[in-house]
Amino acid sequence: MQERSGNALPDDLPQALSVEGTHGPVIHAVNRMAQMAGVTTGARVADMRALCPELRVDHADCDGDRAALERLALWARRWCPWTVAEGGTDGDCGLILDTTGSDHLWGGEAEMLAQMEADLSMLGLSSRLALAPTWGAAWALARFGPVRAICSDTACLPVAALRLDGETVLLLNRLGLRTVGQLADLPRLSLARRFARAAPTRTPLTRLDQMSGHLPEPVSPPEAPPVFRADARLAEPIFDPTHHLPDLCAALCDQLARTHQGARRLRLTVYRTDGEVSRIEAACALPSRDPAHLAFLFRDRLEKIDPGFGFDLISVEAPVTEALGTQQADLAGRTDAGLELSQLVDRLTARFGRNVLIQLQPAASHIPERAEARVAPLTEAPVIRPVQAERPQRLLDHPEEVHVLYAVPEGPPAQFQWRRRSYRVARYQGPERIAPEWWHDKPGTRLRDYFKIEDEAGHRFWLYREGLQGDGRGGIPRWFLHGVFD
Amino acid sequence: MFRMNVPSMIQAQRLSCPAPQAGATLSEVFPEPGAEAAAAGFVLAQLGPGTAPVLWIQDRLVQRETGRPFLPGLGLQRSLMLMQLSRPVDMMVAVEEGLRCKALAAVIVEIRGNPTAVSFTAMKRLALRTEASGVACWLIRQAATADLSAARDRWRIATLPSAPNSDDPHAPGDPRWRVELIRSRDRRPGAWVARHERGTKNRVDLVAAFPDGALAEDAGAVGQRVAR
Repeated sequence: MQERSGNALPDDLPQALSVEGTHGPVIHAVNRMAQMAGVTTGARVADMRALCPELRVDHADCDGDRAALERLALWARRWCPWTVAEGGTDGDCGLILDTTGSDHLWGGEAEMLAQMEADLSMLGLSSRLALAPTWGAAWALARFGPVRAICSDTACLPVAALRLDGETVLLLNRLGLRTVGQLADLPRLSLARRFARAAPTRTPLTRLDQMSGHLPEPVSPPEAPPVFRADARLAEPIFDPTHHLPDLCAALCDQLARTHQGARRLRLTVYRTDGEVSRIEAACALPSRDPAHLAFLFRDRLEKIDPGFGFDLISVEAPVTEALGTQQADLAGRTDAGLELSQLVDRLTARFGRNVLIQLQPAASHIPERAEARVAPLTEAPVIRPVQAERPQRLLDHPEEVHVLYAVPEGPPAQFQWRRRSYRVARYQGPERIAPEWWHDKPGTRLRDYFKIEDEAGHRFWLYREGLQGDGRGGIPRWFLHGVFD
Repeated sequence: MFRMNVPSMIQAQRLSCPAPQAGATLSEVFPEPGAEAAAAGFVLAQLGPGTAPVLWIQDRLVQRETGRPFLPGLGLQRSLMLMQLSRPVDMMVAVEEGLRCKALAAVIVEIRGNPTAVSFTAMKRLALRTEASGVACWLIRQAATADLSAARDRWRIATLPSAPNSDDPHAPGDPRWRVELIRSRDRRPGAWVARHERGTKNRVDLVAAFPDGALAEDAGAVGQRVAR
């Protein structure tokens, strides 16, 4: 779980992940090389950098790790139906599988563990596995026992193997209790009295009972998310899946309606007779289970599939869904405007791609190019106090430098050249000074003095002078054209 | 031919701004070079009040040459969905998709030159779809010649020196344009001086460009087309 996909470093460089602690970042996880260099989990990053100067530290993504672990728990249902991801936010996570009655399918317990380790290493994950009659014993053996331990003796394990917090372990060690066996030999009554104040589920006595099986600790796996999928198996291969699409979408929408869900993502998969598989994906801006609309999203894109010798299986599935209640059209039979708009967004996005359609939104900034944000369509606009000063109706993506033909000491140039045409300024308004945003901009960014100017033919431009004469941030100030007024 | 006029001397004529849902048609606007922003401002002022969103489709070339709409300057009550495409064929498909959606106030298209995709047939399709759905469609044809077209209204627009600024005599005031309706199916063609009052009113006052009303009378009956 320690490595993030895509940017994993080679194993022979020391690497660590950090989280924010009370007194600055602390080490959350380390790789083997860092461990050998003496980097320990829970120590401060600054100290460990002094110990191992070439240590590379990244921020840990605990939520992402947790989500990945839950996906892995579902993936692990190939071995047995009861799997659960355990561990909280402390980073000590793992998987618990209740393999009762399923080990013989894999040729015995030892073969099953070897198979699991091989499959996990195929995913790029290193694992430590153990098999034991109880949750607690398996937890302890996986972390403190021998490699691929099967029902080993737990008495010689250290007390930290009892899933206790650090303070309790420290206290037990100070009392001279090093192993689980020593703790189990104590009279139960005195052990209970010594830890009467701790939370009842986390006392050493409870943990001992859970490990030995005197207290039940069942594995209750979460429900797997439902799969929405409609298939059409064809007796004869066909070349054009268009005619099957409405029926498939209707079947999918029936499944969705039964659980009050609406599709956000759709995937059409066609299987060719020669084994080739092609997929088309579509997305909805709002959850939808309208068969006609879903079928429409694939309309012009089916032509791009190479039919080869024909298709014999077509399937439509909704990998991402959201809750969607039943909707009622009004008495006149119309639907609401928001739905129509979202369907328009879906159609345009399905046809032209995700980044082509954007919504413009005001943003809180005085710098003109940052006063406008590009967001996904149908986003609620934030409430932002508009700028009082006059702004142009059109803005050039990049300010274009103008060639000053006749400069005057105050105000804008009297005559300038832009795009090989010269303009004579008849009237102007300004300057409006806009200072750089020091919290965003590079040091040395120059301020801008904006002028609204009008030439004799009525062209109205927004010019600015970048910087001041002698401000120590560059040479002679230059002039740029940034926008056009209507 | 063209003279500036004193508003008190002439008979002020204000074009009725049709509500976008009622008489929505396909209109074309041909800006003179340098009046592209004026054309966009004129189109937005024609949409009237309301909060329905606008789909704005822009040629990438248009965006590079004349910039993109700038929200703080437009001061719109409605939301703006911007789409930037590079092929005229794609643009026509996107316009047609947009015209299917009755929740939009208008579809505004900015396209440069005279590409083959913007043919008479394509325009006819757009006009029929516009009238079927009741969503206004405005084509801003930059750097284009006004060739054969099925647009119901065709406008030509040029910039004029702005109105005097009451606060500062050296500063430009409200923008003024010379607006010309060169061809229309159900309105009388004419030329006007438009003054755009931004702010709370956000309206365009059209004042006849010819004090004696010569063009307005010579233009003939309603429905006659003036070829230029």
